[in-house]
Amino acid sequence: MYKIVRKKVLNPTVSLMEIEAPLIARKAEPGQFIIFRAKEDSERVPLTIADFDREKGTVTIIYQIVGGSTMELDSLQEGDSLQDFVGPLGRPSETDGLKKVAVVGGGVGCAIAYPLAKKLSALGCEVHSIVGFRNKDLVILEDEFRAVSSELRIMTDDGSYGTKGLVTNALETLIQEGNQYDEVIAIGPVIMMKFVCLLTKKYNIKTIVSMNPIMIDGTGMCGGCRLTVGGETKFACVDGPDFDGHLVDFDEAMHRGTMYKEFELHAREASCNLLNKKEDA
Amino acid sequence: MAVQRNMNPKRCPMPVQDPAVRRRNFDEVALGYTYDMAVEEAKRCLNCPTKPCTTACPVSINIPAFIEKVANEDMEGAYQIIAQSSSLPAVCGRVCPQEKQCESQCVRGKKGESVGIGRLERFVADYHREHCTEQPVRPTLNGHKVAIIGAGPSGLTAAGDLAKLGYDVTIYEALHVAGGVLVYGIPEFRLPKIIVQKEIDNLKALGVKIETNMVIGKILTIDELFEMGNEAVYIGSGAGLPRFMNIPGESLKGVYSANEYLTRINLMKAYKKDSKTPIKHSKKVAVVGGGNVAMDAARSAMRMGAEEVSIVYRRGMEELPARKEEVEHAQEEGIIFRTLSNPVEVLGNEQGEVCGLKCVEMELGEPDVSGRRSPIVKENSEFVLDIDTMIMAIGTSPNPLIRSTTPGLTVNKRGCIVTDGENGLTSREGVYAGGDAVTGAATVILAMGAGKAAAKAIDEYLQK
Ligand SMILES: Cc1cc2nc3c(=O)[nH]c(=O)nc-3n(C[C@H](O)[C@H](O)[C@H](O)COP(=O)(O)OP(=O)(O)OC[C@H]3O[C@@H](n4cnc5c(N)ncnc54)[C@H](O)[C@@H]3O)c2cc1C
Ligand SMILES: Cc1cc2nc3c(=O)[nH]c(=O)nc-3n(C[C@H](O)[C@H](O)[C@H](O)COP(=O)(O)OP(=O)(O)OC[C@H]3O[C@@H](n4cnc5c(N)ncnc54)[C@H](O)[C@@H]3O)c2cc1C
Ligand code: SF4
Ligand code: SF4
Ligand code: FES
Repeated sequence: MYKIVRKKVLNPTVSLMEIEAPLIARKAEPGQFIIFRAKEDSERVPLTIADFDREKGTVTIIYQIVGGSTMELDSLQEGDSLQDFVGPLGRPSETDGLKKVAVVGGGVGCAIAYPLAKKLSALGCEVHSIVGFRNKDLVILEDEFRAVSSELRIMTDDGSYGTKGLVTNALETLIQEGNQYDEVIAIGPVIMMKFVCLLTKKYNIKTIVSMNPIMIDGTGMCGGCRLTVGGETKFACVDGPDFDGHLVDFDEAMHRGTMYKEFELHAREASCNLLNKKEDA
Repeated sequence: MAVQRNMNPKRCPMPVQDPAVRRRNFDEVALGYTYDMAVEEAKRCLNCPTKPCTTACPVSINIPAFIEKVANEDMEGAYQIIAQSSSLPAVCGRVCPQEKQCESQCVRGKKGESVGIGRLERFVADYHREHCTEQPVRPTLNGHKVAIIGAGPSGLTAAGDLAKLGYDVTIYEALHVAGGVLVYGIPEFRLPKIIVQKEIDNLKALGVKIETNMVIGKILTIDELFEMGNEAVYIGSGAGLPRFMNIPGESLKGVYSANEYLTRINLMKAYKKDSKTPIKHSKKVAVVGGGNVAMDAARSAMRMGAEEVSIVYRRGMEELPARKEEVEHAQEEGIIFRTLSNPVEVLGNEQGEVCGLKCVEMELGEPDVSGRRSPIVKENSEFVLDIDTMIMAIGTSPNPLIRSTTPGLTVNKRGCIVTDGENGLTSREGVYAGGDAVTGAATVILAMGAGKAAAKAIDEYLQK
């Protein structure tokens, strides 16, 4: 069992947990992920390692409550334990030789982008961060990003905070202002990553994206996480989750992501009902 | 004691669930012999002095000896004889391809049906499990530590044998439960999970520690296992990497690898009504392949409620590599066999969902190097199957995680770990390997046998 040593609500739908997992903390690198099962009989669900403390032996995850499994996770409190917690899975993000990078995060994708921005900054790379949210209430990790970025642009869809607009608008502005990036790293909803890639293709800037397909085992055993990258089949859990965004077939990935839509809706309702019942009692 | 032989040319039939009922449930298909049936069947054995059956068993179970005990109604005695050679008789009695192994050489098979060796083995093991109250005694530790990677039949067997010799054994398993293919692949209706669980409980009672959620190569490397005080390591990590056909449309929604489909159903329990695991509730399913994995996927799809399930296989019925019994059971359950057919494209609709499978007809040409007649495409023979789900069961290979993180470990071009054959020693001192990780996808009994041989070799190595 893996104990929750700290839980913190970041915004109405996003929370953070620090989990006791010393062996994983010892090996974790930015870009890698874990798979958890909240309880016996729960689904296996992947989440990025948002931070780790090798000394304390803890791993931090930041999750958005979107459906049954994340609700179940969120029902656990400080002091409770997770049934299973496996990692570190996937390949660490490559950071070698980067001098100037634009990190683009969308929504909870910022949780995935942050540890990478932090590592790059620690390695002496100049980091420009562009983070996008639907509205002011959903903004997360602002101070953290500010601390590791020489430039931070916050975008909201409705303009309730930062600048109104999409992350691609801010990225294009920065590029047009003459910033020469070795690489753009885009992490967020698939649709956002697709549009960032369309933009950077135009400017011929190498772009890395972090893909989040549906997974089960996370070790290359089921093939459920497969994507087409440069015409080849790749397994996101072992070959990724980072890929060259200019080669990823995003439309296919978006289709595959909706495989269990109906089931998910149902599971979400079931979980909500359970929660409501508890509150009634 | 001399027994009255039973000279019936036919073996005692195995009681099974009615096909019309079982095709919609996940309960075990074959119900097992009763006590009387087992004794009657045992009396068919001629106790041949040359033991041709034993020669054809990969772990050389002393078959006539155990069967004679059954005929004499000494079931525990029979169990003890099997236990000298096999650690998983309840499993192998159910899933061994007996018709290609022990039973293929049975003298009774020449003029009638061979003795039901597998069925007797299963009976003896089940009888033991249900009646034996003795707890395994924990051996005194001999002060040596050994690590096992993978809790499939190979790793479990190696662990059990080493623990009995007094080794302090820890199994590291990547998934959240132990059992390997026995829990994530082979379905409940062929191998009830309670049987596997019982074997695992026995190992724990022997003092074996099982650490789940441990992906070796990621959380710990083999070198680190040595640094932690282990003096030998056994790799029994299987061959879990699914192969795809590389035809257009393989990434459409509704295309599964058999591993994913079966894992969702078995390991993640999608067959249970209240399960949280999503799975597609398909109407028309095509399963590509002809081995045990294909049969399991097809029969599982039927049990999940599909209206029509076909096996699409490029050779003929005779060439199907699956166990004969599974093919027969599948046919009884209404699975359609489209043999001599090969998929060339998965067709999709606008939502990116599977809506058809384009295939070509095949014919068998001259025998190839493997001695099998190789299929060739018939010209202008394209046809389309109306399906909403396609399951690929065309083979697996070893996962690269361990080889890519273990310097000095030699693998062949198929990614299988190279060993010196006899005892499973790899190119690294103190590192042994066996089962599917070495042979590529094979059988439970071979994986178990390799675990046994390696346990012996590890003991010899550490006692030197
Ligand atoms: C490598 C990787 C890293 C991720 N990191 C984070 C993270 O740091 N924070 C975070 O909030 N989310 C992360 N995700 C996404 C997260 O796994 C899903 O939000 C979660 O599985 C939703 O489960 P649910 O049951 O609550 O919702 P559901 O209602 O089941 O699903 C909602 C959405 O999640 C997707 N999803 C469902 N099951 C899975 C699954 N087993 N694997 C992947 N996606 C699934 C669905 O396609 C759907 O779009 C990551 C995904 C991957 C693959
Ligand atoms: C659907 C299906 C049906 C089958 N039917 C039959 C049958 O009827 N008869 C028969 O004889 N054989 C059958 N087989 C084949 C048989 O199951 C295998 O040959 C056998 O299980 C191999 O045993 P193993 O111990 O080598 O590997 P596995 O059973 O594959 O076990 C390997 C274990 O190692 C774990 N592992 C892998 N990598 C790591 C890592 N890096 N770190 C830690 N753990 C790791 C895996 O999670 C797994 O639990 C079938 C196989 C399948 C898939
Ligand atoms: S282990 Fe398999 S081959 Fe050997 S006797 Fe039993 S069923 Fe036959
Ligand atoms: S070959 Fe057949 S009849 Fe002869 S000992 Fe073996 S099982 Fe009995
Ligand atoms: S999650 Fe199963 S292969 Fe990637």
